[in-house]
Amino acid sequence: MKDKGMMKTIKGIAAPLPLANIDTDVIMPKRFLITITREGLADGTFADLRFDAAGQKRPGFILNKTPWTQATILVVGDNFGCGSSREHAVWGMRQLPIDACIGTGFAGIFYDNARKNGLALPIVSPEVRDSLLQFSNNPSGAEISINLERRMITAGEISAPFEMDDATRTALIRGRDDTLDSLDYTSVIRHFEAGLNERMRVSVIK
Amino acid sequence: MTRTLYDKLVDNHKVCDLPDGDMLIYVDFHIMNEYTSPQAFSGLASKGLKVWRPEAHLSVVDHVNATRSVEAPDAQSKLLIDNLEKNCTKHQIAFYGLGDPRQGIEHVIVPEQGLVVPGMLIACGDSHTTTYGAFGALGFGIGTSEVEHVLATQTLRYKRMKTMRVTVEGTTAPGVTAKDIIMKVVQVVGAGGANGFAVEFAGSAIVGLDMAGRMTVCNMAVELGARAALIAADEITEAALKGYPHSGQFAFRGESWVSDPRAIFDEEFTISGADIEPLITWGTSPDQSVPITSNVPSALDYVSPKAKAALERALQYMGLSEGQSAQSIKIDTAFIGSCTNSRIEDLREAAKILEGRQVAEGVEAIVVPGSAMTRLKAESEGLRAIFETAGFQWRPEAGCSMCLAMNDDIAMDGERVASSTNRNFEGRQGRGARTHLMSPAMVAAAAVCGHLADIRDFK
Repeated sequence: MKDKGMMKTIKGIAAPLPLANIDTDVIMPKRFLITITREGLADGTFADLRFDAAGQKRPGFILNKTPWTQATILVVGDNFGCGSSREHAVWGMRQLPIDACIGTGFAGIFYDNARKNGLALPIVSPEVRDSLLQFSNNPSGAEISINLERRMITAGEISAPFEMDDATRTALIRGRDDTLDSLDYTSVIRHFEAGLNERMRVSVIK
Repeated sequence: MTRTLYDKLVDNHKVCDLPDGDMLIYVDFHIMNEYTSPQAFSGLASKGLKVWRPEAHLSVVDHVNATRSVEAPDAQSKLLIDNLEKNCTKHQIAFYGLGDPRQGIEHVIVPEQGLVVPGMLIACGDSHTTTYGAFGALGFGIGTSEVEHVLATQTLRYKRMKTMRVTVEGTTAPGVTAKDIIMKVVQVVGAGGANGFAVEFAGSAIVGLDMAGRMTVCNMAVELGARAALIAADEITEAALKGYPHSGQFAFRGESWVSDPRAIFDEEFTISGADIEPLITWGTSPDQSVPITSNVPSALDYVSPKAKAALERALQYMGLSEGQSAQSIKIDTAFIGSCTNSRIEDLREAAKILEGRQVAEGVEAIVVPGSAMTRLKAESEGLRAIFETAGFQWRPEAGCSMCLAMNDDIAMDGERVASSTNRNFEGRQGRGARTHLMSPAMVAAAAVCGHLADIRDFK
């Protein structure tokens, strides 16, 4: 079975993380990357923001404070996910678990990695993002709702559309496996390859 | 219809459109390293899939290995290295491991092996795969799930990006390097300013660069968010394709790999080459840079409260004061290496500064040549002797090393590094480590002075 089920709406408490240019080194520091599995990355996620050098929780960090310890959505600063291609950053966020990040724009590789792992990244205007930052900063713990089918975010009085390309939205809703899906095109890929001349086929010397 | 170089490359590799708006594109060549590929191989195994075309892949160990010796720094790193070798043996994939004379940083060894030519499409689980744009090839970084996808299908799901052209026109002053050009571009366009774009670099200051310089420019294009960087192939590119193990084996020349003269880009930036000075970063994002003759910004330089807060946070992390002069910044460590600046040309530039000079007392200076081949060439040219006489540690094994500190070359909390690398993020070179990005010659100058310094003062 290729489809893991339909996810149409994401709902949860959102935490504000307004810093710009949060990179994947900050999301998943390198000491957690020496691994051959995808598992066990929750503690590494935002590790240097969440914990001090002695491993104690930093009380000032938003995800360590009530009600945001329960947050499953982040409202983030510009250019979130920049830097290294490490998918470990997304794996860790999903394990935390974070279901969505709302921002004004994301780095390309991070965006694609997110799609492969069911992390939704709705893109909104700077004004909407700022109002969602304000909304999520309220300790009442009110939820944000992200409707993927209608591409709409609702948060209290706020109701705003978001951008998400069709392919990403479909992938998130269906929770599909891109590799298996693409193998449905095996004969088309074979046909394309047959059209390449010999000098367009790379063969690496072993 | 006129087309950009980027559009030609995408059109040329398009296998088919997909119903949801993506397309499948064909990957001519795919490179893997030990840390972003393990879960891709286990994905294949769990789904019962084979590698579509094993000869189109190359694996190399570069991220976690030690640079002092061929031994892995620890058991866990050894597991990653051995795991890659095991996966490559199982799937019949070329593996350039530790001790192999072809080993080195992936983006340094691929050109050295003659594995990149104009018109190719190259993917790799590393963001700096943009480097290959220097050859008029489309190179871009992918995540591990996409590594699995390439292994299984030799294709990727792809969405065509918007196009941006950055033109750097005019002659740059002596002392201004390719690193300064790209750092200037990052400063002007901004980190994230090119998210969603493929960027083509053009103009006389770009065309005038050698291949090493062009690679430095395309390499760091990812720091402005560009998923792909390109420079039109010309006679300099052509000349650089000869004399390597794979030279002459591939040709992707259905058309000329340049943008059509009247091709339209979605966005354009123009920078005057004459206005570029040697730059250093002062903050924790690669766009936070100033000329070496200038000062660290102060709150007065910014209008919005958000920008003021960002400045304050960056300065606090970096341990700097507002308005402090760039040249007053004292360093603990000088590091020359990384896929951005560890090629023979980079080592020659740094050696020119170091010849007849000494590293300042108290500064630990390290140079990690980008590949085993680069190291041998540098040694035969007498560069090793210059570095070592000056007081640099000459590391015998190639790797990413202190650029991202995944091995045992780690900067300590609060340690300040003048670095020829590509990212000055918080914690990048070690928890609490403070990175200043600059050209390799500027790193050498800082090592000699003990503080950030202007190479134009070195005669």
